[in-house]
Amino acid sequence: MSQAALEIKQAGPLALIQDAGRFGVGHLGVTQGGAADWIAFYWANWLLGNPLNSPALEIVMGGGLTLEAHGEVRLALTGADLAATLDGQPLAPNASFILRSGQQLVFQQPRHGLRAYLAFPGGLDAPRVLGSHACTAREQLGGLQEDGQPLKAGERLTWQGNTHEARKLPEHLVPSMPTSGCRLPLVLGSQAASFSGSSLFKAFNTPWQVDNRADRMGVRLTGPVLNGSLTGIISEGIPLGAVQVPPDGQPIVLMNDRQTIGGYPRLGALTPSACAALAQCLPGTEVWLTPISASHAQADYRRQHAQWATD
Amino acid sequence: MKLRIETAGMEALMVRLFDTIDVANMAWVLAADQALREAFGDALIDLVPSYTTLLLHYDCRKLSHAEAQACIRHALSDLTPADTQQGQRHDIPVWYDESVGPDLSRVATRAGISIAQLIEQHCQDEYCVFALGFAPGYGFMGLVDDAIATPRLTTPRRHVAAGSVGIADRQTAIYPLPSPGGWNLLGRTAVPLFEHAKRGEPLLRPGDSVRFRAISREEFEAQGGDTTPMEERS
Repeated sequence: MSQAALEIKQAGPLALIQDAGRFGVGHLGVTQGGAADWIAFYWANWLLGNPLNSPALEIVMGGGLTLEAHGEVRLALTGADLAATLDGQPLAPNASFILRSGQQLVFQQPRHGLRAYLAFPGGLDAPRVLGSHACTAREQLGGLQEDGQPLKAGERLTWQGNTHEARKLPEHLVPSMPTSGCRLPLVLGSQAASFSGSSLFKAFNTPWQVDNRADRMGVRLTGPVLNGSLTGIISEGIPLGAVQVPPDGQPIVLMNDRQTIGGYPRLGALTPSACAALAQCLPGTEVWLTPISASHAQADYRRQHAQWATD
Repeated sequence: MKLRIETAGMEALMVRLFDTIDVANMAWVLAADQALREAFGDALIDLVPSYTTLLLHYDCRKLSHAEAQACIRHALSDLTPADTQQGQRHDIPVWYDESVGPDLSRVATRAGISIAQLIEQHCQDEYCVFALGFAPGYGFMGLVDDAIATPRLTTPRRHVAAGSVGIADRQTAIYPLPSPGGWNLLGRTAVPLFEHAKRGEPLLRPGDSVRFRAISREEFEAQGGDTTPMEERS
């Protein structure tokens, strides 16, 4: 009997194999990568009782991505509601489900959020490069063919384990997708002081629109023009969520696939949870930046992790 | 050297040592890199050195923000500069030709010299590797002689071939992978920077020194170089 597999019958715009990211290699110029909504990604693995960092699928937009089962398997789906169907029947996220041989899983279009996560028993089979399965197209790292490319029609997905738990996500813990008006906590950086007083006031007291120039490298926000005394700085390391302000005064939030170093002044950095939320915002979504101290953000972050510490 | 520890993110601290770019910074940056790696151990997630700073990403499930700051201060309290003589010297063969270095003529004209003189000048100095970034194995090197320093293109090219050698202001670099890029391209090398980085063993490391050497098309081809001309695309 051949191993159970999922065949890609039709590829959507972007489905990537991701784990939590490629860490400890930033000094080589290698980007972090990893699941953009890491919270949804961890929940997907948690639902199957997998190690939380097991490679899973990040599905952006849906766009007709069609997967067909060869053999029976339990999968878990979290993150965005991409109007998924199982043999035509609607399939709600934040639960695990069984896919039987011959059945098709289809992802149509975003209803809430932008990125869905599909976890597999024991994690997907995928090459590990520089300590991670994260797929980064620009760097040609990760992915089934080790070229960083997204899934293509005709490819087959297989996975590591054949046992799984079937956990249920408690109702009060189900993460909601961000809606217009959501708040994105930001830890102020040292260069914040170089912005004019009125720019700092506007940054935190006016809504920002998520622009359509948004991808895994960065998300542009449009709103009032921010200016300050610095136009460029000597290139330095860029943390996840850094809010850099190029000369046009419109901030760019640097996400998982960002460059490792760069030379635009920064307001600070969104917290990892805020990055996860921003990764689910469709263009046009209104967001507010709200300052938070590093210690408060860390306390929230530890509470978030405590939710998964059940195994 | 004047140590400043600045908040850069929820669990990221910017360790700032200098305010200007200088080859002499490297001995301190390398020493700080080593000291911080040892001090943080498995609480270190990433440490990215650059010209004047090191961005330190620690694990806030192991250390608080205050503990991480104290750890940095302690680790760097008795810092002495590293021995930069230990950095490797690299000889990088480059095929300088307008087909693969489409900005040769413009950079030379701007500097008021011939293309031959430009190539000679680019090969003359030994460059210091200041930082890795932009792409896996991409080393920012300098300082290029003021006479040939040229600002970045106003509109970056959408496609720059792997191995392209370029200059931007007083810096020079090699593109390890095909990518968009705004540096002025002078030629191409067959040295496989990306393959080294992918194995976790970058050829160029901060503190190393690099000298470029002009080779013929035949030598370039013999080294496995790709002679496909750069296409001008907007």
